[in-house]
Amino acid sequence: MIKLSAFIAGLLFGIGLLLAGMTNPVKVLAFLDVAGAWDPSLALVMIGAIGIAVGPLAWARQQSRSLLGRPMQLPIKRELDTRLIGGSLVFGVGWGLAGICPGPAVAILLTGRWQGIVFMLAMLTGMCLFTVLQARRNQ
Amino acid sequence: MNVDWLNFTPWSSLAGGALIGLAASLFVIFNGRIAGISGLIGSLLQRGSEGVSEKALFLLGLAIAPLVWRLFSSLPPIEFKSGWFGLSLAGLMVGIGTRYGSGCTSGHGVCGLSRLSPRSMVATACFMFSGFATVFIVRHLLGG
Repeated sequence: MIKLSAFIAGLLFGIGLLLAGMTNPVKVLAFLDVAGAWDPSLALVMIGAIGIAVGPLAWARQQSRSLLGRPMQLPIKRELDTRLIGGSLVFGVGWGLAGICPGPAVAILLTGRWQGIVFMLAMLTGMCLFTVLQARRNQ
Repeated sequence: MNVDWLNFTPWSSLAGGALIGLAASLFVIFNGRIAGISGLIGSLLQRGSEGVSEKALFLLGLAIAPLVWRLFSSLPPIEFKSGWFGLSLAGLMVGIGTRYGSGCTSGHGVCGLSRLSPRSMVATACFMFSGFATVFIVRHLLGG
């Protein structure tokens, strides 16, 4: 059950990204281009997603276990540190350069476009770099 | 401000967003986990992570979504603006930035804002700001 629900959630997430237009980098860039011909569609993606998720996440905060008995694993960190801010700023620059963020990168991968594969490989490299730097820091 | 009404897709974007919200809700209600894509991928890249099969199955569902979509209808357009160099640089920054920042558009933008998390509000403000700024610089200052 726990595996089925994970799979179905992932599948719905991907269908949502496709329907919303998030898997089209040109559309994402048109949203980020406020000074050009601005396409506000992606603001509605956020409104739709948050509108649905706000209730269930508020419920989850009150629980210690999920409906299938799993521990509720919500982030507990509170500090607004330089890693959070610096990391997010760097992510935004990458997002603004190509119009692809991690969810759409996964959803595009199997559609057979070379650009999706190049982006994914670079993104995985960046994530591995973080893991290596992190391990060195903790030594 | 000059809105591109021709390409504005309010209903499909709102509906797609609602589906994303539903997926994130199911994942937290049943699996007790946050549907943050960069976090899920990142933890699979680290040795000794827990819940590997659940995380991998979520990502598998996400990856095959276009194949399932294609069974019923033709895929929506997927058009790229960047060449291999731009894509590589962007991918590298997205990979390292989301890991240092503990999340991306899904983990901070959708789940975090829905939880009213101050960290996610700050993170979302930061990546939205640098995303807008980057497109402004590339398109309007450098004329790319």
